[in-house]
Amino acid sequence: MTTKLEATAGKVPEIGPSQLDLLEKLCNATAVSGDEHEVRQIVLEEIRSIADDLKIDALGNVLAARSGQGENRVRVMLAAHMDEIGFMIVKKHDDDLFEFERVGGIDERQLPGKPVLVGRDHIPGVIGAKPIHMTTAKERKSKIESSSLRIDLGPDIGSKVKPGDRATFATRFEVLGPSIRAKALDNRLGVATLIELLKHAPDNIDLLAAFTVQEEVGLRGAGVAAYAFDPDMAIAVDSTPAYDLPHWDTEDQNVQYNTRLEAGPAIYVMDRATIADQRLVALLTETGDKEGIPYQHRQPGGGGTDAGAIHRTRSGIPSISVSVPSRYAHTAAGIARLDDWANTLHLLHAALSRVTPELLAGERRD
Amino acid sequence: MKSLIQKLVETPGPSGFEYQIRDVVREAIGDAADEIRVDALGSLIAVKGKKTDQGLRVMVSAHIDEIGLMVTHIDDNGFVRFTNIGGINPLTCYGSRVLFMDGTRGVIGMDGLDAGKTPKLSDLFIDVGATSKEDCFVKVGDVCGFDRPFLDLGKRMVAKSMDDRISAAVAIEALKQIKTTPHEIHFVFSTQEEVGIRGATTAAYGVDPDLGFAVDVTRSGDTPRMAARMATALGDGPAIKVRDSSFIADPRLVDWMVRQAESARIPYQMEVLEAGGTDGRAIQLTRGGVPAGCVSIVCRYIHSPSEMVDTDDVENAVKLLVKLLSEPIELD
Repeated sequence: MTTKLEATAGKVPEIGPSQLDLLEKLCNATAVSGDEHEVRQIVLEEIRSIADDLKIDALGNVLAARSGQGENRVRVMLAAHMDEIGFMIVKKHDDDLFEFERVGGIDERQLPGKPVLVGRDHIPGVIGAKPIHMTTAKERKSKIESSSLRIDLGPDIGSKVKPGDRATFATRFEVLGPSIRAKALDNRLGVATLIELLKHAPDNIDLLAAFTVQEEVGLRGAGVAAYAFDPDMAIAVDSTPAYDLPHWDTEDQNVQYNTRLEAGPAIYVMDRATIADQRLVALLTETGDKEGIPYQHRQPGGGGTDAGAIHRTRSGIPSISVSVPSRYAHTAAGIARLDDWANTLHLLHAALSRVTPELLAGERRD
Repeated sequence: MKSLIQKLVETPGPSGFEYQIRDVVREAIGDAADEIRVDALGSLIAVKGKKTDQGLRVMVSAHIDEIGLMVTHIDDNGFVRFTNIGGINPLTCYGSRVLFMDGTRGVIGMDGLDAGKTPKLSDLFIDVGATSKEDCFVKVGDVCGFDRPFLDLGKRMVAKSMDDRISAAVAIEALKQIKTTPHEIHFVFSTQEEVGIRGATTAAYGVDPDLGFAVDVTRSGDTPRMAARMATALGDGPAIKVRDSSFIADPRLVDWMVRQAESARIPYQMEVLEAGGTDGRAIQLTRGGVPAGCVSIVCRYIHSPSEMVDTDDVENAVKLLVKLLSEPIELD
C-alpha cells in the first residue's frame, strides 16, 4: 500500500477507465439523504488504504485526513456530499401500491411514469401514471400532485418494503461519447473528484476530506464535519445545474443559465448560502489562468452548497465552492461532460498545490 | 459625529465585501480600543476594558455591511444583469445609481420602459455606459451598492445605508465615550448581516460572551397610511427591542435596559418588530446560549436608497449605550 501511495501522491490525477468505473458504481448506488450507507461503503473501500486518519462521525459523515510534509501546512477541508435527492415510502396501500414523499428538491411535474428502485435491495418499481387513453384533455394540462402518485411494486414483492425505506430513480449510468448520463451526478461527481484528490493529495497541505451526509435536506452533515476538522479553509466540491439550452445567447437572451457545459469547472462567487472568500476566488481563477485550465463563474444567485454550513462554523472558515456543471439536475437523469469533470479535478489539484500560509495571512478582502 | 456618519454611509460595502468600510471603522476607532482584531469572515472586533468581579464579557454588535447588487451576466450590448445581495426592493431600483467597489458607476434601467409596471429584479439591468460586451469593464461576480450622497436635513439625516452604518457610528462613539467600565466589551462590527446574520454568528462564537447587545435600525410606524402595526416613531428616542422575527430579547435584560434609561432620563421607546432580524439572534444562540438584547434606531424607508433617522435619536442611542455599558448589569 505504501508503494502505491508514493507512486500517486502529488501527481496530477487523470480520468481513465478505473475512474469512470468508480463513478458508475457511485451513481448507481442509492444514498438518499439520511441513509448514505451504500455510497459510504464505496468511499471507505476506496480510501481506507490512503487516509492517515479515518472516521465516521455520529451523522454518518466520512472524515478522512491525509497529512502533507514540511512545516506550516495549511489545513484544507474539502467537502463533497454523498447523499442524493429521492423518495421515502410513507404508507402501504392495497395492491402493493406505496405512497411516498419526496426527499430534497424534486419537481413533482416530472415524476409520473418514472422507474424507481426501492430500499437497500434495489427492488424495481414504477411511479405509476394514468395512460393517455384514459385521460381527458383537461387532465393533461395540469400537474399531478405527488401526494396522489404511488410507487407500484406488484404483488408478493411489496411485503419486503416498509415505511421509511428510501427509493431513487432507476436510471443506470451510461457513457455517451464525450458525455455521461446518470442519476445523482449531483453529487457523485463531487465524491469521485474528492476520492481522486485524496489519492493524489499534494504534500504542501493537510487534506481533510469530508464525504458529507444530508446536504440535500439542508446542509446538515457539513456543519458538524467542519466543527470536527476545524480547518483553515474549505472548498465544497459539488455539481451545479447547467441551463445552457437553446437561446442562451441568442437575440432573446437567456440570461439565467447558471452554468454552461464544456466551459469548465464552475467557480462560485455567491449563492444563497455563501459569499465566497475572494482570496479563494482569486486562487482558483489565477490557477486556471496560469495552468491553462478552462473555468467559468457560476452565475451568482440562488442555490447552496456545503460551504454554506462550513463557513459559519466556529469563528468562521474562509470557504468557496467549485462545481462540475450538469444538465437536468434533480431529475431522473443528468448529462455532464467528461471534460468538465476532468478540468474540475485538474483545477482543484493545481489550486491545492499552490496553497501556502500567505494565502490566508491577511484579512478577508473584496 | 455627523462627519463620521457621512464617511460611514457613503463608503460602499455590500455583504461579503466589507474591506473598505472595515478600514473606515478601524480608522475612526483609532487608539480608543485596547485591542483590535479581524475574524475569518471579516468582522472587526474592538475590545475595551478588563473584566472585573462585577463585570461581564459583553458583545456589542453593529453590522457594517449593506444591501447591494452582484453582476450575473453581461449581454452583447454591454447591459449588465444582476442579482440581489440582501433584501432589495425592485421598486426602489429603477433610475437609481450604483457604485462598484472599484469606483465604476452606473444607472439602473428596466426592460421595455413600461413606467406603469412594478418590475421584478430580472426586468432590471445596470447601464455602465458601455456600448458592447467588449468595452464593458464590469464582469460576472462584481459587486455594487447604491450611490447616494449623505443628506443632512438638520433634525433628520438621510442616506443609502443608515441600515446599519448609523449603528456603527453609535457603537464607535460609545466606545470612545466610555470612561470606566467593569466589563470587557467586545465591539463587533459584523459582516454579512443582510444575507443571514452570518458575521455575527462566527464573531459571537469567537468572543464567547456572557451577555450581548445588537445595535441596529428598526422600522418606524409614523409615516402615512402604515400597513404594518408598529408603535415606533422618529424622535421618540432609541428603541429597546422586545422581539423581532429572529429572536426574543431576554426579558430580564429588557427590564434592566428600561430601568437604566429611566434612571439616566434618556428618552426611549419600546420596539416590537414583526418582520426583520438582527445580530441579537446570533449572540443569543451561540454556544450554550447567551442573554441578548438590542438597542434600535428608528428608521424610515429601510432598504431604500434614502433611509432616514432622527439626529436626537442617534445622540440618545449613544447616551443609552454608554450608560448600559458603564455599570454592572443586573438581571433578575
